[in-house]
Formats: sequence, structure tokens, C-alpha cells
Amino acid sequence: MKQFLIASILAGAVAFSASAADYTIIAPANPGGGWDQTARSMQTSLQQEGISGNVQVQNVPGAGGTIGLAQFASQSNGNPNALIVGGYVMVGAILTNKSPVSLKDVTPIARLTGEYEAIVVPAESPLKTFGDLVEALKKDPGAVSWAGGSAGGTDHIAVGLIAKAAGVDPTKINYIAYSGGGEALAAILGNQVTAGISGYGEFESQVKSGTLRLLAVSSDARIDGIDAPTIKESGLDVVVQNWRMVAAAPGLSDEQKAAVTADIEKLAKSASWQETLKTKGWQDTYLAGPAFEEQLAKDISATETILKEIGLVQ
Amino acid sequence: MNTFEFLLHGLSIAMQPMNLLYALIGVTLGTAVGVLPGIGPALTVALLLPVTYKLDPAGSLIMFAGIYYGGMYGGSTTSILLNTPGESSSIVTALEGNKMARAGRGGPALATAAIGSFVAGLIATIALAFIAPFVVKLALVFGPREYFALMVLAFVTVSSAFGDSTLRGLTSLFIGLALATIGIDQLTGQARLSFGVPDLLDGIEVTTLAVAMFAIGESLYIAAQGDRGPDKVEAVKGSVWMTAADWARSWKPWLRGTAIGFPIGAMPAGGAEIGTFLSYATEKRLTKHPEEFGNGAIEGVAGPEAANNASAAGTLVPLLTLGLPTTATAAIMLAGFQQYGLQPGPLLFATNPQLVWGLIASLLIANLMLLVLNLPLVGLWVRLLTIPKPWLYAGILLFATLGTIGANPSPFELGMLLAFGLLGYVMRIFGYPIAPVVVGLILGPLAEQQLRRALSISQGDMTVLFTSPIAAVLLTIAAAALIVPLILRARGRGEVLSQLAASED
Repeated sequence: MKQFLIASILAGAVAFSASAADYTIIAPANPGGGWDQTARSMQTSLQQEGISGNVQVQNVPGAGGTIGLAQFASQSNGNPNALIVGGYVMVGAILTNKSPVSLKDVTPIARLTGEYEAIVVPAESPLKTFGDLVEALKKDPGAVSWAGGSAGGTDHIAVGLIAKAAGVDPTKINYIAYSGGGEALAAILGNQVTAGISGYGEFESQVKSGTLRLLAVSSDARIDGIDAPTIKESGLDVVVQNWRMVAAAPGLSDEQKAAVTADIEKLAKSASWQETLKTKGWQDTYLAGPAFEEQLAKDISATETILKEIGLVQ
Repeated sequence: MNTFEFLLHGLSIAMQPMNLLYALIGVTLGTAVGVLPGIGPALTVALLLPVTYKLDPAGSLIMFAGIYYGGMYGGSTTSILLNTPGESSSIVTALEGNKMARAGRGGPALATAAIGSFVAGLIATIALAFIAPFVVKLALVFGPREYFALMVLAFVTVSSAFGDSTLRGLTSLFIGLALATIGIDQLTGQARLSFGVPDLLDGIEVTTLAVAMFAIGESLYIAAQGDRGPDKVEAVKGSVWMTAADWARSWKPWLRGTAIGFPIGAMPAGGAEIGTFLSYATEKRLTKHPEEFGNGAIEGVAGPEAANNASAAGTLVPLLTLGLPTTATAAIMLAGFQQYGLQPGPLLFATNPQLVWGLIASLLIANLMLLVLNLPLVGLWVRLLTIPKPWLYAGILLFATLGTIGANPSPFELGMLLAFGLLGYVMRIFGYPIAPVVVGLILGPLAEQQLRRALSISQGDMTVLFTSPIAAVLLTIAAAALIVPLILRARGRGEVLSQLAASED
């Protein structure tokens, strides 16, 4: 019975944690994923730096984050202590799922981290350069199978953009969606698909050990420490970054919004957060205020265009 | 240092008194949270991971391993005693385990689960240490078509193993398959059968369905019987420990479960529950007591529990050798490793041997601690059943609801819990088996995705499904499993089958 008591106390802590927290961060994904890791790293740093005394993380998984977003928008209205983590994948998911709630219904605060896409092939693949891959794609789009993350997500969008830039009909791409980078990686390593696309971090150790060949990265300029050309260098004007952001509840006053923004800025500049970025291999892409809002609007309209061209959004 | 010395060195660190204490704390915490229905090992580990950050790497890994194994075992305990599986891989355990508990044999059921988990964990962890690089090569050969063939095999063996009536079993299975189509289609990102309800976009949560069908459905069924139902369950009939006969009937299922679970866990898209299904089907086919299946056969607990634990260790094969987190729990482990600047991947065994072997040693110690903690508690756990029925079922309802809310705090989820509870109640009244519904929900999407991936890669060419040797072999076994019993039945079923059973050892 003692264990049951402990268990029920813990369950109570899970169920009613919101009331005791200075900040509650919704991670709109399952434990273990990128958003969950972002939320839990924020929790650690916010507490360590003394920005917030007590931070709780709550997972509300599903549908590219739109389920968590919808719940957050309806339940946290005007609550200055509620935060949600999100990102580029959410922008696409809102469109493909025809989500009634969008990022307009919350208060975006800042972009925190980002990661560029990497395009790889198995080591034994006959394709040696990104140019070879584009040639193969031009010759027969269906014969080039791409393994990547969820349909309509960053990876899928990047493939659509590459096809479009190469003059190939984006609806013809043969994109094989996997539930996560891990499962996709297995398919690439097992030589089941032509090429793979995901965040560079997913492939890093395989590239270093020589089991995967890195063809290109989706950044604007070459990245320090990564030995690969950009997609731009091959003549295709494609730059994609999978960024992650934090948003606050809707209906905040200007003072409340400024207070949250100040806390997040303190977090982003803190030593422990910078340390976390380093150990996790995340790029610091901190951007807040009007500059962030402008960038967000630009990303949303660009995403809508390409998803329509791939045929995922009508 | 060679492999053995690394392992011994790891063990010597893990055996230090403080580290043993951390292991014990981890196992206790893990078990305590794991017993909540609906809270599986992934969430348990995510909730408790921050606790381990305060320790040094060795202590942290050890406590972590303890939490992991504790969380897994906690799920089995509630499955057996309360018929409320905490995670998808202990659903099968509830089938026979709870029947045993109801017949006063909860003690042996818990014991065979604990010892089976220990044996499987031990063998699988040792296998992880020595043959991981080979297993992972095999696992990578599995592409979409091979997985599809594996799913076909699972469907055939599983649907024949649940319940006596094939028609009823298949009906239940198809209810599960229908429920499985709800939600966003992973391959195109389009919503199916969600009727504009955002909560349905992500499909139906397996644990919600399982807890509803098993725990809520059962409670309603008992409540509806009122005073006519059987009196208070007899908590202990015979020994609370395993008898010699129990041991004799358990050890082979433990080993078979391990042999099935480990490779399936090592496959990047295998999943722990498939190992438990296949193990259950195997035990049901090989048992010398077929009449006990469905009424509390110890083999049906021993095999799947071993398979479950072996596949958990199997999950570490792709994680440590490729850096592939193939389950939510593994993904959280990856996050845990990163705290120490450890990046799992093909070079891990070469660059960080101390930590890798430390982890493997920790798993062995945690596994042992689990046995030390739980075997003496079996007697205590079993006494839960002596709680008067109204209290017991009220408690089950409370924990089922709390677990569901804890895992997914939404009113809609609670509504689904209730709706599926009613479905489970109705199915009980009309004698339809419950488990195939859950099995359909788990296997349906896997089979569909792999089939469509295979056809997408081949650009619509159906022949690829049969031209891979592994897929061909798996499909042949599936066909044999389907056809052979029909032939045997046609030629005078009883004699041949009983002869087969008799000549089995």
C-alpha cells in the first residue's frame, strides 16, 4: 500500500502541477522529441539561472503540435505564466491539418534554436555529389525515394523546394515519411531508399564514421566544422532552417508580454542555456520582437506556397 | 582492455554501496510511478530524469537504469492484479495474468513475471554486450517489405491465438483495425475519419483504449452483476510462491520469450508489443495445457513478460550502435546521455567504452535490484486483492482515470476512456474477446505504413513484396500457420495435434 500512496501522490503532482508553477511550459509532442527536449532544457536553465523558481513541463502530443497549440490557446487565455514550445514543423502542420487554431491565436515571443537540413546517401550509393542527385531527380522524379520525417514537415518541405528549384514538378517527388529521424535513418542505412533528409544532428555520427555520405546542407553559407557544400552552391536557391520558438498565451497585456520577453531573453543569454546549446548541437538563432514577427510571417507564407505546390494543402 | 575487462570494471563500479543504493531508489521510484495505469516507462523516465541530473554520471546511469526497469515492471504488476495494462507491451500479460490472480494464483503470476523479466533482462543484456554489432546488421536488412511480411505473420498467429471462436476474434480484430485508421495518415499528412475534432487528429491512444477496455469495461461488468457476481476473489490459493510445477512450466517460455523479444526489439520498427504477441501465440501453440489458456495459464505470463524485457534491452542495440532511438523511452535515454556529452552512434563503443560498459553493468545491477525489491513484495501486492470488491473497483476506476489524465490532460481523452469502457462492457456481455481490438489498433497502422512505403519505393510494383528472401520466408511461415491447422483439422484434429504436443520434448 505504501507504494500506492507514493504513486498516487506522484499522480497528483502530475495532474495538478499547473497550480504550483511559476511557468508551465507545454511541449506539444511526446517525451523525447525535439520540442520536449527544448522545453525540458528551458526548464532546467530557467530554474538554474533563478529566472523562475518553479517550472513545469507538460506534454500534449499529437498532430505536429496542433493539438497542444489548440489546447494552449483555449485554456491559457490571459495567463502570463503559460508558455508553449513550437517551431517550423508546427507552421506546416497548421496548414496541412487545417487547424482552426494558428500561431495568430497565441503570442509568439522568440525564436530560440535552429538546425539546418542535411541531405545524405548511403556510403555505397553511386551518387557522389548533390549534383548527381539532382540529375537523377530530373531524369525520373519517382525513382528517387527520399526518407525523412513526418509528411508536411521541414524535411518534406525542403525536398519540395529542391524539386521546384531544379525545375521538377513538386507533386512528382517520392517522399517516404517516417515517424522520426531515427526510423528514417535506419531505412537510409539499410539502403532501402535513394537519399535521406533530416536535421544534421540526426546524421552527424554516421557521417563521421563514413557509413553515410553527406551531399549538401540547407544553410545560407557553409557551416563551420561540417564538410559539405550548401544547396545554394549547386545553383538551387534553397535555404531551409528547422527553427524552434517559444510562445506565450493569447490575451496578454503589453506589460505582461514584455515581462515574458525579458525572461526569455535572460534565458537565451544565460551561461547554462549556451552550454545546453553546445551539448545538444543546436544553433543559437535567438530572435525576438518585431524582427521575429516579420520573419515568422515570411516563413508562414513561404510554407503555404510550397505545401500547395507539393499538393498537401489545397 | 577487452570486452570482458570492460564489463567487469563497469560491474565493480556499479557494485559500490552508494551506487547500489541509487539503483534501489531508481527501481522503487520507477515501480511506484509505473504501477499507474496509462503511465508507461517513457513518461516515467521523462518525469524522473531530472532527479538523476544531480548525481555523477555513474550514479545517474544506474539510477536511470533502475527507473527504466522499475517502470516496466510496475506496468506488469497492475496488469496482473488489476487488469489495467500501463503500457502496450503489458497488455498480453493482463490476459492470463489477471485470470491467474482471480484464481488465487496472483503470487506465482507476479513471481514468474519478475523472474522471467530478470532472466530475459540478464540474457538480453549480455547479448547486447557481445553480439550487438551483428544483430544491428541483421536489423538493418529489414526494409518496409520485410516489416510488412513480419506484420502479416503477427496478424495470422495472433488472431488465431485469442479466444475460441475465430469469427469473434476476427470481429474484434477488425474493430481495432477500423479504430486504427482514425487520425492523420502518416505518409501523406492528411486527416482521416477525424470529423473535424482536433483531439482525433493524432488517432486513438493505445493506452487509453487498453485501460478503457480492460479496466473500465471490467469494472462496469462487475458492477452490473451486482450481488449475483462471484463473491470476493480468493487472494491466495495454495502457495504464494511458485511451485515446482510452475517452475517447470515457466523456464522454457522465459527462454523462448527472450529469443523472440530481443531481435524484435533490436529492429528499428519492431516494437516491444509485437514480441509479446508472438510469444503469447507461440506459448499457446506449444503448451501441454491448452485448456488453461484463457483461464490463467502461467506460460502466457512467463513468455510475454520475458519477451517484453528482452525487447527493451534489444531497443538499446540500435541506440548504442547507431544512435537510433526507436522508442520514446530510447529517445529520452538519448537525451539523458547527452547530459554527459555522450553521443550514441557507431563510434560510441570505441570512443566511450567506460560509459557504455558502465550502462550495461548498470542494467544488470538494476535488473537484479528489481528482483530483490519485488519478490518480497509479492505477498504484499497480492493482498491488494483482498480489498472488498466495491473499494477495489472504485480504486481501479480512480487510478485508470488519474493515469489517463496524467498522460494526456484533456476532457476529450476522458470521454474516450468512458466510451471505450462501455464498448468493452458490451463486448464482454456478448462474449467477444477484448485483446484483438487493442492488437488491431497497434498492428494496423504499422502494417499499412510499411505496405505503402514498400509500394511507394517500388513505384507500385507488387512483386517486391515477395522477392526479398526474408519477406518470402516470413510470408511462407504465415501461410503455413494459416493452412496447416486447417489440414490437421480436416484429417482428424485431435490425434495429430496431441501427438505433436506429446513429441514436443
